[in-house]
Amino acid sequence: MDAIQDRRVSVPVAAARANGQGAPYVRIERVRKDFGSFVAVNEVSLEIYRGEVFCLLGGSGSGKTTLLRMLAGLETPTSGRVYIDDQDMTTIPPYRRPVNMMFQSYALFPHMSVEKNVAFGLEQEGLDRREIRTRVAEILEIVKMGAYGARKPHQLSGGQRQRVALARALVKRPKLLLLDEPLAALDRKLREHTQFELLNIQKRLGVTFVVVTHDQQEAMTISTRMGVMDRGEIVQVGTPAEIYETPATRFVADFIGSVNLLEGEVVRTDSAGLSIRCSETGAQVEVAEDVGVAPGGRVWVALRPEKIELAREPAAGSPAAANQLRGIVKEIGYRGDASAYLVELASGRVFRVTRPNIARDTELRIARDDAVLLSWHRSSPIVLRQ
Amino acid sequence: MRSAGYFSRTMLVVGLLFLYAPILSLIVFSFNNSRLVTVWDAAHSPTLKWYGVLLTNGQILEAAWLSIRIALIAATAASVLGTLAGMALARLGAFRGRGLLLGMTTAPIVMPEVITGLALLLLYVALEQAIGWPHGTGPVTIALAHITFCIAYVTVVVQSRLVGFDESLEEAAMDLGASPATVFRRITLPLIAPAILAGWMLAFTLSWDDLVITQFVAGPGSSTLPMVVFSKVRFGVSPDVNALATLMVLLVSVGMVVSAIFMHYRERRRERDVQRAAAANA
Amino acid sequence: MAQLVSPAGRRLVAGIPIAWLSALFLIPFLIVLKLSFSEVRLAIPPYAPLFVLRHGVPVPQLHLSNYTFLLTDPLYARALAYSVQVAALSTIVCLLLGYPMAYAIARSSPTRRSVLLMLVMLPFWTSFLLRVYAWIGLLKSDGVINNVLLALGLVHQPLALLQTDFSVYIGIVYSYLPFMVLPLYANLEKHDLTLLEAAADLGARPVTRFTRITLPQSVPGIAAGSLLVFIPAVGEYIVPSLLGRTDQLMIGRVLSDEFFENRDWPIASAVAIVMLVLLVAPILLLQRFERRELASQELLAQQPEAGS
Repeated sequence: MDAIQDRRVSVPVAAARANGQGAPYVRIERVRKDFGSFVAVNEVSLEIYRGEVFCLLGGSGSGKTTLLRMLAGLETPTSGRVYIDDQDMTTIPPYRRPVNMMFQSYALFPHMSVEKNVAFGLEQEGLDRREIRTRVAEILEIVKMGAYGARKPHQLSGGQRQRVALARALVKRPKLLLLDEPLAALDRKLREHTQFELLNIQKRLGVTFVVVTHDQQEAMTISTRMGVMDRGEIVQVGTPAEIYETPATRFVADFIGSVNLLEGEVVRTDSAGLSIRCSETGAQVEVAEDVGVAPGGRVWVALRPEKIELAREPAAGSPAAANQLRGIVKEIGYRGDASAYLVELASGRVFRVTRPNIARDTELRIARDDAVLLSWHRSSPIVLRQ
Repeated sequence: MRSAGYFSRTMLVVGLLFLYAPILSLIVFSFNNSRLVTVWDAAHSPTLKWYGVLLTNGQILEAAWLSIRIALIAATAASVLGTLAGMALARLGAFRGRGLLLGMTTAPIVMPEVITGLALLLLYVALEQAIGWPHGTGPVTIALAHITFCIAYVTVVVQSRLVGFDESLEEAAMDLGASPATVFRRITLPLIAPAILAGWMLAFTLSWDDLVITQFVAGPGSSTLPMVVFSKVRFGVSPDVNALATLMVLLVSVGMVVSAIFMHYRERRRERDVQRAAAANA
Repeated sequence: MAQLVSPAGRRLVAGIPIAWLSALFLIPFLIVLKLSFSEVRLAIPPYAPLFVLRHGVPVPQLHLSNYTFLLTDPLYARALAYSVQVAALSTIVCLLLGYPMAYAIARSSPTRRSVLLMLVMLPFWTSFLLRVYAWIGLLKSDGVINNVLLALGLVHQPLALLQTDFSVYIGIVYSYLPFMVLPLYANLEKHDLTLLEAAADLGARPVTRFTRITLPQSVPGIAAGSLLVFIPAVGEYIVPSLLGRTDQLMIGRVLSDEFFENRDWPIASAVAIVMLVLLVAPILLLQRFERRELASQELLAQQPEAGS
């Protein structure tokens, strides 16, 4: 996993690029796709930069696959334009785009061997046979399928088929590779291994990846930037850290990871930040952040479970200070490295808190029905206006 | 719960006996020396006499040859047209005339043959009056008629194969640079070939065996095998027809058994490959 | 994929079969329709010209005499009624025999299933004509059945089995049985057997499980099979010709006789039109079932099976 951590360090570079240095390789301008009366993609605009691994994340029906297919040319936008490398590709058919796609079902041609499958794309380019053979052998080595050239797809396992599908798409040296749920069919162990391999190949060949996935873990792990989609629209674009720590809406906050949401009213703003009173719990939240909402305005406070501290405290005690809540532990989900606590507040609301299991000794651990005090640092809450 | 009850299995046996008793009777009595067919002439049977009579009957041989040639042409042409129709219905989405095409490829399957035969002959007659062609009925008019009613059968077979087909294969091919024509030629066609073959064989059988439509559209000069057989048996049994029937049953049985064994081995080999692949990557 | 094929390509792929079928299937029916309104003539061809030029414009000649004749002469009404009766009863018998057969096949082990299907299909691939002919040998006075009955002493005189209602029904049920079994099998084979297990778990007995779960799900198969038997059986020609009654004809033979024996093409056309009017509703019904079947197949095929 170390290589992936290294890539995270280079994220600021990508972010800088995303801030306008260097022209975008893919430009999607106000693209819309209707299927009859159903709006699958609603006026989406997006920019993707060379060398990125850009993830489109969303649930089913969010429009992410449709958007990907419009990049591939398998669907034509109802309105809007698609530019790849500054050329208008909106109406260009898929067989004339410098883009290749890896299908979710892999779509390997069952009547052709692995070699023929991979060679197919090169044959369409009219290359001579010797060059095709060399390039096919080369790419099969890169995906570690060199020994399987003569096999047919049904003679391969799921993971092997995926590598052939990848080879088939990459052998044409596309500038842009589209991946539709590439890891969905693999089991967990294989998934982690493959994530690593995919990123390796991407860096080695310098290809821009656009990945569609519904798995937020996957998106967070592999992407340099991601776009969260909901009901045909892009709700937020940013690096994984940006999306996780500064979600733009409640939807995004709730979609990525878990979050505790409180509704409240801004009571005071000053140089230090905001003071919010939460109607439901009566709690006072002090945040070191300014979201430009005047006193009296309605906001939501989002707290990530791992950012809340938990301490055993007698039920009756001094009234809770700011950034504190009292509650009773209702359920504990023990996960080995950490535990998830469901804490019921006085108002009936349930908060989710995750804490690493520091103490091995059960005596010191918090147990069910314990009265606890929840607290957090003033930099932890996320204030949302929508 | 997963297997059928006593009643169903009994009915299955009864049904199969029902289906095969007449066929067995045909076969057994083809070896009967008596001209009366069903009166067993123990003294002189079993005999291959009637097979000899059959295979030296010039009229029957000529009719059989005509039937084969027409069936070959009809099956091939119907396969081409039926594949086009099947592709159109399964892949082209909504187009003007889709409903019409759908109707014209499903109606012939159930339409009573007397109606279709009548309609086709009237067409030929009206056509001859209008433009002077065809010059009377004959092998050409028969072939055209057979092609027409066979198209529907091939369409149904091909269309159902295409519907169950993974469209992402065709999309992947296009994504890799193949134009729609290339996609059809290198991806779709090879994969639907077994279905087209099945359609071809179905069309061949239907054309070879057709009586009613052929009677309408055949002329005095051309007799197909079913026509010859029918004129023989309208008035009673005929032992050489038994011999013919036996030969046909033999031919069909051998064909079916061979293809079943072939497919069985292909299936077993494929299963073994899949298992091997799964084990190797466990 | 549809939008990605060029308009010229689409016109070609769809246009060629449409052109052929329109010319050789659709237009002939229109000619039949027109001829049913014509008058018979002693000529070649034996009908009055279809169109007469009046002031240079072709005008169709329409006479209703054929239809009035059909409606007034009881022969035709009786033949039609008889045909519908025979077809309907044969369909029911086919269903009663074919359903258990299809059920037993669908619930067999995979290897046995393919053998059984082959056994059911084999008669279908052998000549229709020859299979009907086989029954002559079985049913005639010196045929197999009578020989057996006489030999066993069950009768003292051969039974007249040929050229009766009995022989017609046997002939049609026998010939069309595979057409009932196959659609039924296709439907039953797709049933989810775990539903039956769930029902049993909830306390349902075998009969209930059949009537409340299996039977309702097999309705499309029953409908398809029944229509595939009924519709062509109404106009059946070969079976009544070889095995049928001589005193009461089925409508298919009536049409053929009018055409070949009486050389009365207009009447034959009128008979054809009447048959079509009768059968148009069942045909449309069958097409609706087939369209629904196709649509559900498409839905199933669209589930992406990732890597499997």
